[in-house]
Amino acid sequence: MSYIKPQFRHPQLPANERGFTRTAYEGLISTLCAGCGHDSISAAIIQACWELSLEPHRIAKVSGIGCSSKSPTYFLNKSHGFNSVHGRMPSVATGAYAANHELTYIGVSGDGDSASIGMGQFAHVVRRNINMLYMVENNGCYGLTKGQDSATADEGSKSRTGQINPFENIDLVGVALEIGATFVARSFSGDKQQLVPLIKAAIAHRGFALIDVISPCVTFNNHHGSTKSYDYTREHVQAGNIVDFVPSETEITANYEEGASHNVALHDGSRLNLVKTTTDYDPGDRRNAIAALQDSRANNQILTGLIYIDPEEPDFHQMMKIANTPLNKIEMSTLCPGTSTLTDINQSLK
Amino acid sequence: MQKPKIDAVNDFVVKFANVNGSGSASANTLFAKSIFRSGVPVAPRNIFPSNIQGLPTWYEVRVSEQGYLAKRAGGVDLMVSVNPQSLLDDVQEVRTGGYFLYDDTRPLDIRAIRKDINYLGVPLTEITNREYEDARLRQLFKNVIYIGALAALLDIELSVYDKLIEEQFAKKPKLVKPNCDALRLGYDAAKERFDCPLPVRVEQRDLVDGKIMMTGNSACGLGAVYAGATVAAWYPITPSTSVAEAFEKYASQLRYDAEKDEKNYVVIQAEDELAAFGMVIGANWNGARAFTATSGPGVSLMTEFLGLAYFAEVPAVLIDVQRAGPSTGMPTRTQQGDILSCVYASHGDTRHVCLFPADPKECFELTVAAFDAAERLQTPIILLTDLDVGMNDCLCDDLEWSDSYQHDRGKVMDADQLEALEKFGRYRDIDGDFIPYRTLPGTHPEKGAFFTRGTSRDEDAIYTEKGDAYQRNMERLLAKWFSAPDYLPAPKIVTASDSSEIGIIHYGTSRDAVTEAVDQLSADGIAADTLQIMAIPFHDAVRKFIDSHEYVFVVDQNRDAQMRTVLINELDCDPAKLRSVLHYDGTPLSADAVLTWLRPNIPGLAEQSRME
Repeated sequence: MSYIKPQFRHPQLPANERGFTRTAYEGLISTLCAGCGHDSISAAIIQACWELSLEPHRIAKVSGIGCSSKSPTYFLNKSHGFNSVHGRMPSVATGAYAANHELTYIGVSGDGDSASIGMGQFAHVVRRNINMLYMVENNGCYGLTKGQDSATADEGSKSRTGQINPFENIDLVGVALEIGATFVARSFSGDKQQLVPLIKAAIAHRGFALIDVISPCVTFNNHHGSTKSYDYTREHVQAGNIVDFVPSETEITANYEEGASHNVALHDGSRLNLVKTTTDYDPGDRRNAIAALQDSRANNQILTGLIYIDPEEPDFHQMMKIANTPLNKIEMSTLCPGTSTLTDINQSLK
Repeated sequence: MQKPKIDAVNDFVVKFANVNGSGSASANTLFAKSIFRSGVPVAPRNIFPSNIQGLPTWYEVRVSEQGYLAKRAGGVDLMVSVNPQSLLDDVQEVRTGGYFLYDDTRPLDIRAIRKDINYLGVPLTEITNREYEDARLRQLFKNVIYIGALAALLDIELSVYDKLIEEQFAKKPKLVKPNCDALRLGYDAAKERFDCPLPVRVEQRDLVDGKIMMTGNSACGLGAVYAGATVAAWYPITPSTSVAEAFEKYASQLRYDAEKDEKNYVVIQAEDELAAFGMVIGANWNGARAFTATSGPGVSLMTEFLGLAYFAEVPAVLIDVQRAGPSTGMPTRTQQGDILSCVYASHGDTRHVCLFPADPKECFELTVAAFDAAERLQTPIILLTDLDVGMNDCLCDDLEWSDSYQHDRGKVMDADQLEALEKFGRYRDIDGDFIPYRTLPGTHPEKGAFFTRGTSRDEDAIYTEKGDAYQRNMERLLAKWFSAPDYLPAPKIVTASDSSEIGIIHYGTSRDAVTEAVDQLSADGIAADTLQIMAIPFHDAVRKFIDSHEYVFVVDQNRDAQMRTVLINELDCDPAKLRSVLHYDGTPLSADAVLTWLRPNIPGLAEQSRME
């Protein structure tokens, strides 16, 4: 394969509102296996950021360790990135967000990174409602160390070496719902139609937005008997709400059958138009969401789409009453109390 | 036969034996403060268990006209016994001729009777039962009553206490009178019973002008405010907890905009120490000054992240308030046991810059220096204090600040600088000082973005496993390490008036004990020079000091002579030349403990002590 990405692009690539073509959102060429679900997710992130007309340099990418965490190299080359340590991306993202709440934060993690070594940090970044998109590229296995089961591997799923997984799986969607996540979605790397609007909605959401994306590992977990293969996922996907993301300035033009759609207003003025399919539940109802997830699981199905959203909950920055001027931009002259204050402090310690 | 009586003005130790959770701490602090307000140097120390209620706790106050602030070995002059649990042990701690103040509401246990000490019975329980209805008040005021008794016994002006109580309860003025009344109950009880004052007593002096009393942890927290830190991420752990609390206290007073209900800071109580340090790294990466405070177990947990920050060159400040390890060790006892685990924290070839304050003033100054050095050197800076300075009110010089101080924000390229640049390379050594330029996320639309990673990379931050690129980077990091002393405080050397062949190297809270030990040696006619290490890597002066002394001692408050090991490792000096002075039982270092190690190894003195 070629390791140099050609710079040449079609001269008439469409530009977004800010005048950027998709090229402005691309990254280096992927070194993941051909057919890896993660590459489709990278493409969906590029598409979503382009459609949202975000300024690439105003995005920060953060990740942990693993195949998934390598992928931020493959999109948004004009954004700063931080490939941290295994399972600890949430804390790095939390610190970064505390320092500057004005950037858009995209976190990319995997099932090992979030559901095993990083389970603790995952839980706490949810609780803190850090304003970020948190993508879990979930393939049920450890790709970079050649296919061991991860904690999201389903009970009874067969590994490549033929071992049946005897343990219960951890469903990060269920965990996130239990501990107060304000935006919870699941998708499939093979369903760009669903994934791109979900990513846009997650970015527009003020608060922590989890998208658990089933992203099959073509090399180690795509065989018969695996419940994270392309075939199994396609067969068992249950498309819940399909999201249509409507930017703030746009009028809703799509025509939906009355009663079949549900609008959610986001804090930035944009809206989510949810097209209801098989289920008819309110995504603003956490108990309903948990029930839907459990029902789907009982029916051996994989519930996808936007499962829960609460656009009103204050995010970390608001909860902590951090100044509107990003902390990293406040001058030292403002932050440092100076000599006369120190004289008073000395006096109080006499 | 007349019992011996210790006769000492402004040079004695009072120890309070209490039950923890009984409210004794504020009364005891009041006592220490009254000595300070009498113009006499004082060093109070809390000796407490890892427990909230019911176990023995002590408060030891050294009063020293000479200004000696280290723990004094050899027993106490006056024991205030308020805890029956520890009474039999406490009575043994009193020096011959000393005094034992106890509650004589009930007769003293016969096993506690010694012929060589003086007993001062005050019916504390009887007084409180008579004066107060409420059980809680009886408990609380008992503490104030014994302080009142001490005021009479030691000849401390009651007006000093009245003023302190007024200040303490400025926001609850109703409590002033009851406290002042309780004080007088004790004062009068002592006057009635004893020939006051005792031969051990306080005389008003004027020796603490320009000095304050503060804990090292408060000073670190305040230092972080002055350093412009905006993000504090931490996980509760004794003895460092009050660093984050102090930062929050001062920041809430100095950095809060009430009109907008906005804070120019954030304190994040993390889920564990790993997360705390991850947050610090994330915030620093994004250009905010961020820090954490922890103790040894926390450093162990932060180790992986320390390696990342070292290798990826992200500034970070870590305040390690050391306690006795290994493992959970003695969580409420002091030690300097984390030197090696901090200097060489993390796998692979890593070295971290460490700073060593000895008192609150240095805690304040070195905390500020740590933030500057972290951004200048783009690496974690570890400030190592310990429980002794961290949690005790220490006498030190007034804190100082100059409004002309320029915080060193290091080499960060802004949008204009990037614009003027043909191509940005995160790890290029453009200035030849081994320190590359960094950029903050969101700075420039086209230039300056890069990937921060713990994997190896080339000068342009592109991932590589090429050996030469990896090695170039590792060598630059090492060269940067060797250049670090240029940005760090120099060691503090005290030279004896007579030329000396003896050099004593110490760091952190060993300073006061070493100073006192050197004075005692001097009284014996032995001159010794001292050097206080302020930072690792070592300044050239450290090597010169070792080279220029025939007998070099290194004082470590740990078993394994950790600083000596670092000196040998970093300076490649002859191990035989560095003799250890070790102390690691969890108590603060005393001059006696230092001398126990020095005397047998000092020529002249050694023979002398053998002859004795």
